[in-house]
Amino acid sequence: MSIAEYQSQKKPKVDNYLTHNRGFLSWALTLDHKRIGLLYMMFVLSAFLLGGTFAVLLRTSLLTPNHWMFPSDPAHDTQAKLFYNNMFSLHGAVMVFMFIIPAIPAILGNFMLPMMLGAKDVAFPRLNLMSFYIYCLGAILFTWILMGGILRTAFNIHLPFGFGLDTGWTFYTPFSTSKAEDGMVAGVLGAFILGFSSILTGVNFIASIHTLRPRGMTWFRMPLFLWALYATSIIQVLATPVLAITLLLLIAERLLHVGIFDSSLGGDPVLFQHFFWFYSHPAVYIMILPGMGVISEVISVHSRKHIFGYNFIALSSVALALLGFLVWGHHLFVAGQSNLVDSIFSLLTFSVAIPSAVKVFNWLGTLYRGSIRFTPAMLFAMGFILLFTIGGLTGLFLGALATDVPLHDTYFVIAHFHYVMVGSMVFAFLAGMYHWFPKMFGKMCNPAWGRFAAILLFIGFNTTFFPQFVMGAHGSPRRWATYPVEFQPYHVISTIGSYIMAISLITVALNWLAGLLWGKKAPANPWGGNSLEWHCPSPPPYDNFPTPPVVDDPYNLAAWEYDASIEGWVPRKSQPAAATGPAANRTRPVTH
Amino acid sequence: MNAMLNNLASGAWGGFWMPPEGSAMAGEVDWLFFFIYWICVFFFLLVLVLLVAFAWKYRYREGQPMLDAPKHNTALELTWTFIPTLIVIVIFFYGFKGYMHLAVPPPDAYEVDVTARMWSYSFRYPNGEQSNELHIPVNTPVVFVLTSDDVIHGFYLPLFRVKKDIVPGRYNKIWVQATSLGTSDIFCTQYCGQDHSSMRNHVVVESRADFVEWLGKLGGGGLPPVQRGKYLWETRGCQQCHSTDGAATGKAPTWKDLFMSPVQTMDGMHMADEDYLHEVITHPNIHPIAGFQPIMPPTEGLLNEKDVGDIIAYIKSISKNYHPALPAATGPTTGPSK
Repeated sequence: MSIAEYQSQKKPKVDNYLTHNRGFLSWALTLDHKRIGLLYMMFVLSAFLLGGTFAVLLRTSLLTPNHWMFPSDPAHDTQAKLFYNNMFSLHGAVMVFMFIIPAIPAILGNFMLPMMLGAKDVAFPRLNLMSFYIYCLGAILFTWILMGGILRTAFNIHLPFGFGLDTGWTFYTPFSTSKAEDGMVAGVLGAFILGFSSILTGVNFIASIHTLRPRGMTWFRMPLFLWALYATSIIQVLATPVLAITLLLLIAERLLHVGIFDSSLGGDPVLFQHFFWFYSHPAVYIMILPGMGVISEVISVHSRKHIFGYNFIALSSVALALLGFLVWGHHLFVAGQSNLVDSIFSLLTFSVAIPSAVKVFNWLGTLYRGSIRFTPAMLFAMGFILLFTIGGLTGLFLGALATDVPLHDTYFVIAHFHYVMVGSMVFAFLAGMYHWFPKMFGKMCNPAWGRFAAILLFIGFNTTFFPQFVMGAHGSPRRWATYPVEFQPYHVISTIGSYIMAISLITVALNWLAGLLWGKKAPANPWGGNSLEWHCPSPPPYDNFPTPPVVDDPYNLAAWEYDASIEGWVPRKSQPAAATGPAANRTRPVTH
Repeated sequence: MNAMLNNLASGAWGGFWMPPEGSAMAGEVDWLFFFIYWICVFFFLLVLVLLVAFAWKYRYREGQPMLDAPKHNTALELTWTFIPTLIVIVIFFYGFKGYMHLAVPPPDAYEVDVTARMWSYSFRYPNGEQSNELHIPVNTPVVFVLTSDDVIHGFYLPLFRVKKDIVPGRYNKIWVQATSLGTSDIFCTQYCGQDHSSMRNHVVVESRADFVEWLGKLGGGGLPPVQRGKYLWETRGCQQCHSTDGAATGKAPTWKDLFMSPVQTMDGMHMADEDYLHEVITHPNIHPIAGFQPIMPPTEGLLNEKDVGDIIAYIKSISKNYHPALPAATGPTTGPSK
């Protein structure tokens, strides 16, 4: 045991945000961004568990061409198909609205954004808590309706108001307004409420980044994670209200038969698709941009290298946020919009390929001549780069008009967006969790199990989704409860892959749990990062920074050196010439 | 698995990536697919090789000094911005060119009207006859005019590489020119409720002579009423939900022994006589039947008065309550004898 460790044990119990005050109300009414981040984590990870469970069930039911889970008589045929339709609606809706959109901003963003700004909290702490409760309200309503449908179709259990929702997460009219199950209105209301949580978080982050940046942190000295969150917040604030309006119109159409979307009432069903994708395409960037921000942090810190091409990465986040608003029409290439509009949207769609490519090359440039540590966070980040490359490149087939026509609405599209949503966003989320876990909980996870989970998830993911590209190119449409026998081999391989993914994600959960319970105490700076959150003890004190931190280039990693006695990084005593001089000396963390 | 191996052996499955080419434009689409594909393979391998090489070469080793490296290189970064820009413009151009070919039918194309409903298709030919099976002549441009009776459906012919949504309230069009004889799939690609995954059909590509012969027989003209009613049951989508052998489909009552039997509806008991059958065929779901969802699509425009009469004749013919044979004579005969 080192002297430092011995001395830290002799000190009275450390006052940190977890121990500062106790009791249920101290959590339920907390205004602390760190605790709100953890509250979000419990709910968002529960949503991930729910959506993931149904992903595995969907894959399992697709093992055979005709739903082997139910007896093969005609009455059960109807039941099996309704069950499948409720399952895929639940999987998509829960994953999109309750997991992917809030995951990185609401958990990692809430926790890290004020700390990266050297601030005590976000700009509007009460709004932050309100946004969490709005999320809970929407999530509970949404889950109730969706689970009601599952229980009714699978077990004939009728929950009060558990009507079920069988529209998929896209609510396409006129199916949703005239034919779908009765949970449509309440389910859409749930999505509407969840949207407000997203808007309020966005407002809070924008205000925080504008007003709370400390002296010396100019826009181009912000960590790239903050650029990514800023770009994300712009989309959340500008696009989500359009979804809110659209969902209200949908409810009005269903209940009052207004005639906006339903062609039998004189409306236009394709208009709904324009409204819906005007939000939901930018929403794709709400999902992926924060992940890109995480990767920029992780790649730099774990390869001990200054990020390569900071300006290009920062501005490409903003470019993606803005260009993302101009491409929604590529979801309607076969819906019957005019050929001219199709062509314009195709051209605009290709514009988003460029900032995405720039980011990938810049991350590779960061690895060049680095000193790469294969930590779990780094392995997840490397998995991200490869899977995002595949996800991005396969987008070229779908952006090009002639090839999109046969591939649209097939499993090729399913594979493409899972490479972006899961292969990229979930890998980035896990990279971020492994990166910041020591900061959040003050404990280290066992890295061997983390590495094992990262490699296993990479294998499982490709086994699940690569066959879906081939199946889609051969013509298998999406959202099919049953299928011709020719497609069975692809489905079987894909299902096996989903089991591998499930095993690796359970490994991650156990790894975190073991880290929380029995993990080694984390040093303030276990990886040697230089953004401001690493200048603060682990876990952070209640009000974050005992002394105001002094701002430095967030990627000046040379300012730190490894101290084997605490298994962490400490400010370098003798500053090398490359470092930024006297300022860095004052950034001494308070522990040790 | 065996089905797949047989398909691979016979070539019916096509290549690893794409199914066989069944239309004139399939070659053009596939050419672009593989053009993009090899660009993707190149860039993926580039990223993979660089990632693995850097990860290996610059892995952390004990005691190794930090290497100097640039924080940015504007010339390099501009290069890797411009090269992808040029490539995507080229891809856009070929995608656009192919799409214009797919989107604009030749002015003399043969027209087939396609109507979709939950969960079947029907096809109407220029001679006014209708079928639930699609036959088209080979090497002839055919334009499909698509419309829906209820919700949005999809119309996808994988071997022909064409697809369009079928949107209620508008007429979407696509055209094909089949290049080889045979039968291939039609899939619905837009989720449309309970039986979306069963909304599959086939397109039969025939020689022009066979097509003309098939078209001539369409409509069941000249058949006696009972046979014509059976023909309509087969071709107008009735058989999707109504069985004629007493089997339960879960979607609608069987027609077997339906005539002159009591029917329990939400608004009371009805006797399935001719009037009742006429009413429920022309006004579907007017008396929702206990135990079934009211899902029958409208028949207006699909069936005319003679069609309804022939269907009723067919329903009667398969009922034990209908006695077409001359009954045995009863009672004495009066009147003048020869």
